[in-house]
Amino acid sequence: MTVESTAARKPRRSSKRTGSSAGKAVADPQLVQLLTPEGQRVEHPDYDVDLTPEELRGLYRDMVLTRRFDAEATALQRQGELGLWASLLGQEAAQIGSGRALRDDDYVFPTYREHGVAWCRGVDPTNLLGMFRGVNHGGWDPNSNNFHLYTIVIGSQTLHATGYAMGVAKDGADSAVIAYFGDGASSQGDVAESFTFSAVYNAPVVFFCQNNQWAISEPTERQTRVPLYQRAQGYGFPGVRVDGNDVLACLAVTRSALERARRGEGPTLVEAFTYRMGAHTTSDDPTKYRADEEREAWEAKDPILRLKTYLENEGHADEAFFASLEEESETLGKRVREAVRAMPDPDRMAIFENIYADGHALVDEERAQFAAYQASFADGEGK
Amino acid sequence: MTVQKLPIAKAINESLRKAMETDPKVLIMGEDVGKLGGVFRVTDGLQKDFGEGRVIDTPLAESGIVGTAIGLALRGYRPVVEIQFDGFVFPAYDQIVTQLAKMHARALGKIKLPVVIRIPYGGGIGAVEHHSESPEALFAHVPGLKVVSPSNASDAYWMMQQAIQSDDPVIYFEPKRRYWDKSDVDTDAIPGPLHKARTVVAGSDLTLVAYGPMVKVCVEAAAAAAEEGKSIEVLDLRSMSPIDFDAVQASVEKTGRLVVVHEAPVFYGAGAEIAARISERSFYHLEAPVLRVGGYHAPYPPARLEEEYLPGLDRVLDAVDRSLAY
Repeated sequence: MTVESTAARKPRRSSKRTGSSAGKAVADPQLVQLLTPEGQRVEHPDYDVDLTPEELRGLYRDMVLTRRFDAEATALQRQGELGLWASLLGQEAAQIGSGRALRDDDYVFPTYREHGVAWCRGVDPTNLLGMFRGVNHGGWDPNSNNFHLYTIVIGSQTLHATGYAMGVAKDGADSAVIAYFGDGASSQGDVAESFTFSAVYNAPVVFFCQNNQWAISEPTERQTRVPLYQRAQGYGFPGVRVDGNDVLACLAVTRSALERARRGEGPTLVEAFTYRMGAHTTSDDPTKYRADEEREAWEAKDPILRLKTYLENEGHADEAFFASLEEESETLGKRVREAVRAMPDPDRMAIFENIYADGHALVDEERAQFAAYQASFADGEGK
Repeated sequence: MTVQKLPIAKAINESLRKAMETDPKVLIMGEDVGKLGGVFRVTDGLQKDFGEGRVIDTPLAESGIVGTAIGLALRGYRPVVEIQFDGFVFPAYDQIVTQLAKMHARALGKIKLPVVIRIPYGGGIGAVEHHSESPEALFAHVPGLKVVSPSNASDAYWMMQQAIQSDDPVIYFEPKRRYWDKSDVDTDAIPGPLHKARTVVAGSDLTLVAYGPMVKVCVEAAAAAAEEGKSIEVLDLRSMSPIDFDAVQASVEKTGRLVVVHEAPVFYGAGAEIAARISERSFYHLEAPVLRVGGYHAPYPPARLEEEYLPGLDRVLDAVDRSLAY
């Protein structure tokens, strides 16, 4: 795993024709790739994975089901069942690849789009929907799956991950911590501070940046003048750019970074070079700021299609597998739809719950006032 | 002998030492807290005795200090964080307000955030800009945080013990100009509740409410007023979130008059909250409107002007006279 400085980069464009499209980044030798967009298995000098056909089918299944879940959530938002949804469409390989590299005792600090990582952690996907439906602000127990709550303030969680990793090191444990964030978050001071802290304390944390090219309407060029993975060099730890649409490469690179953290060698920055196929959230309108050609170029690099091609070409999966997965997808979609519609509104007294662990006199007073006010309507009901 | 006469800074130091001895999960973090012992020497000697793994000198990044403390708390540690001066807490304000204060609720109570943030605050030491501010109202306004400030060494000692033991985040404001004031500390005592106000001087004509650095000024004002035959009660609030309104109410219903004193700007300050609540609770007991003495709606001034800005004995007595004139 090496970090190349900007100055050391040599023009390679003459030997690898990149064309004019923005969608040819796979030709970049700095991009770790094990599976081409055409579904061809390729080698990389530093990274490899050796997976059984069953494991390969497992990754495919994870990506398909995650995409199906995401599509269902998007539809539920359109139907008014969710107030908002942040789609991961296009980022399945980055999330499943990195998520499947984790051990159970590793700890994950996500942003608010890591539905695929949550899937890998065994978090019931319906748990992710409560905050988007407006019944809570998170709600799951982070310690039951070692998957922290979604964090909406951009980049904040990278510091929590770093502190948690400092604690892991203090405990003498050999687990690792992974922090997810995006290219937009890389501009935040908290991300810079987390790089500083993790480097000086040699914390066992992997920073997994999903560079999906757009921070709402701002392109990556508005966040940085150098490739993001190269930022790590200035902090004194390795950075690596991986094809974020290649689930095998994401798995290999993340696994290697986690192992490095476990060995006590400190943080790594992984930049998963990927693309957000949909909108930032359902409130966004990407047609106002980006060209259709760009999306089309990235569609050709779809993470699911390329693994499917590979599975088919290698004879690792048959028609029955794909048919059964299709059925499983529909069952998942139905379950998610029903679960969301059945989700009860919280009890109104929940406003006053869990603000403090040890209680607070003002909260007690206002809770009592609110209860009395609500009770004052009881007599008039039904008349 | 368990009673010692200690300055506030030393009382906090002893309290931190006791907490670290009692609970191996207690950590101290901050800028210069290690070898130097903090710019006010509050953590003096602790790194020598507990090591760099428990008394952690941090990079100069306040958001990073609080953000990593949150992560350590999630891992089961109890970090006590030092922000070097009041005006430098703002880079960490986002982490405190959007993360530390809300994470327990966000998790429906499944996780706890036992983080103490120590902030030396207030003026009167002739410092440069950003070293003399009183931002307590900004924190007290935020649900999920608890905000306290001791005014004497005994409280400094015991309130720190209680803050560290609390499963909630506590912002612990230290009155830096009182760091060297000495008083008795009984380290074997059984302390009262963290958020209970304390009657410092009993009186019957008017109630002065203060906390932190202003308690001493109010005690002096009560003594000066006593020479003129006025009986002033002084209440040390000790906690700004929650506020012990029952104690304030009981005192006001005895005296009929209330003046609230703090260094922070009066506008939207703790005094405004207390005046409003007491007007609601004790309207028919009040002989005069609740008056407030505090800082102006102006940036904390250069040191040569701070005595004009800070509530001193004369400004407090002037408010006492105005209240009694009703």
